[in-house]
Amino acid sequence: MHALEKILAKASGKEDVSAGEIVNAKIDLAEVNDLYLQTIKSFYEMGGDKVWDPSKIAFVLDHYAPAPSILSASNQKEMREFVWNQEIEHLFDVNTGVCHQVMVEGGLVYPGMILVATDSHTTTHGAFGAFGTGVGATDLASIMLTGELWFKVPEVIKIEIKGNLKRGVMAKDIILHILGELGTDIAVYKAIEFTGDTLKNLNISERMVLCNMTVEMGAKTSYIQPDEITLKYLNDRGIKDFKVFETDSDFEYSEVYQFDISNLEPQIALPHSVDNGTDIGNVKRMKVDQVFIGTCTGGRLEDIEIAAQVIKDNKVNKKTRLVIIPASNEIMEKAVEKGYVSTLIRAGATFSSPGCGPCLGTHQGLLAPGEVCATTSSRNFPGRMGSTEADIYLVSPATAAAIAINGCIADPRDYLKI
Amino acid sequence: MNTVLKGKTLVYGKNIDTDQIYPGRYLELVEPQEIASHAMEGVDPNFSEKFNKGDIIIADKNFGCGSSREHAVITLKTVGVSAIISESFARIFYRNSINLGLPLIICQGILDFVNEGDELEVHLIEGKIKNITTGKEIFGEKLPSFVLDMIAEGGIKQYYIKKKNVKK
Ligand code: SF4
Repeated sequence: MHALEKILAKASGKEDVSAGEIVNAKIDLAEVNDLYLQTIKSFYEMGGDKVWDPSKIAFVLDHYAPAPSILSASNQKEMREFVWNQEIEHLFDVNTGVCHQVMVEGGLVYPGMILVATDSHTTTHGAFGAFGTGVGATDLASIMLTGELWFKVPEVIKIEIKGNLKRGVMAKDIILHILGELGTDIAVYKAIEFTGDTLKNLNISERMVLCNMTVEMGAKTSYIQPDEITLKYLNDRGIKDFKVFETDSDFEYSEVYQFDISNLEPQIALPHSVDNGTDIGNVKRMKVDQVFIGTCTGGRLEDIEIAAQVIKDNKVNKKTRLVIIPASNEIMEKAVEKGYVSTLIRAGATFSSPGCGPCLGTHQGLLAPGEVCATTSSRNFPGRMGSTEADIYLVSPATAAAIAINGCIADPRDYLKI
Repeated sequence: MNTVLKGKTLVYGKNIDTDQIYPGRYLELVEPQEIASHAMEGVDPNFSEKFNKGDIIIADKNFGCGSSREHAVITLKTVGVSAIISESFARIFYRNSINLGLPLIICQGILDFVNEGDELEVHLIEGKIKNITTGKEIFGEKLPSFVLDMIAEGGIKQYYIKKKNVKK
């Protein structure tokens, strides 16, 4: 069995499970974000009274943080009241950050668990060897009611990555490259496991980037076998109580792909599809109106750090805006401590409060018709960040910073000593 | 439940994501009727003029990819889409649709089988799709029986309500 199958088997009280089988699994953590008041409505519509286990539910108010409209403020108000009335233990309010970051910082994510959230990027937690998957509001409501959810056991695709990244090339470039090669529906209903020697040199943040964007290939969940890097991270956060599952040596993957990233160039995904990736050098130096560094894909400390290194004493181009939103308050605090924030503000960046920001087109930096944006986030669908007539390019944080200096498509390696 | 549906088709391309089906800027809305007024806004600005209640949406592969927003299903179900037939569906969209009682059929070759405006007769139990306009027939994947049960109940909410009442 695969480690993911062992996780599902344990959670559904079975000896073994195999791909295609439908199981009813016990959920270790269910998370709801502030887009989904529907979760609470569905819970009551289904005859709910008290939630199944207040210690295993988290609410994160991150997509509208802080509330930009009366309606979103009212939705958040109802959510807080639900949390307090139900004595739900984990409320991450608008002062904390994006769900996939704050749950990790809050010590709620660990190997071998099943984490279900009302957010498609819940695949991120494969970086810890957790089974993380996204669902809609009503599925989540049924978990709040029963503590269980049905799953079809997924087939597993193995993606083996080898080689070391060159300076200025990041985990985001790896995943944009893989997506460009494999497309957006290669893993629909399946799981993706990353293996290979490259992982030995990728820290938790970088692994989270890989797993985060597997959903853009349609994946239900993703997985990286926990190793010393994972265990050290968890230990540093005081998380000790978990079981690490391992894949049996005779397990058969549904497909295996190999990538050598030794010579990978910085990547850029052109509008309007995540799999439109190419080398940065292949794209003409068109003008960029806004650069966005942030989100559960590209707003971690390492991302802000490299942006500060690229920008250093340069200034943001006069005809470009640079919006930076750290993925969490903890990251914001560290970025201030380390001086990255002042470097970037001096260069002309605008910082907003931690949360999803303009990633999904609700506030804090939307795009006008005809504008071009380069972003470290995960999606460039039409209208994702505002007008459907805006063009969104996906890049790494290093590339984003180089673009901000130039006001047009640029290569970060020109700004980093190699 | 009516397991034979009839309707005219509207045809869309591949990778129609949930941001296009229901743009993010309306995610704060919670009332189904309000949500319904923005159906397919990012894909087809003329959708509301073209669409008639009971119409069937046809799409190329990976319909509903992207965000987990249930609004994407609520908007289509509330305007009165009777079914969606696609080469393939994104996983969360598929679950959301079944949960809310909107039938989906996975059907290889559906795009060669229909033109926009054709009238179809869809037999949910057998997975049979009859093109009344051309007289041809094609078979999609059959829905698993527990999915049919869920749709027959009108969705997962009714399913749980019934289960709870039985317990009492
Ligand atoms: S940062 Fe963007 S991708 Fe991540 S949870 Fe928020 S809206 Fe979704």
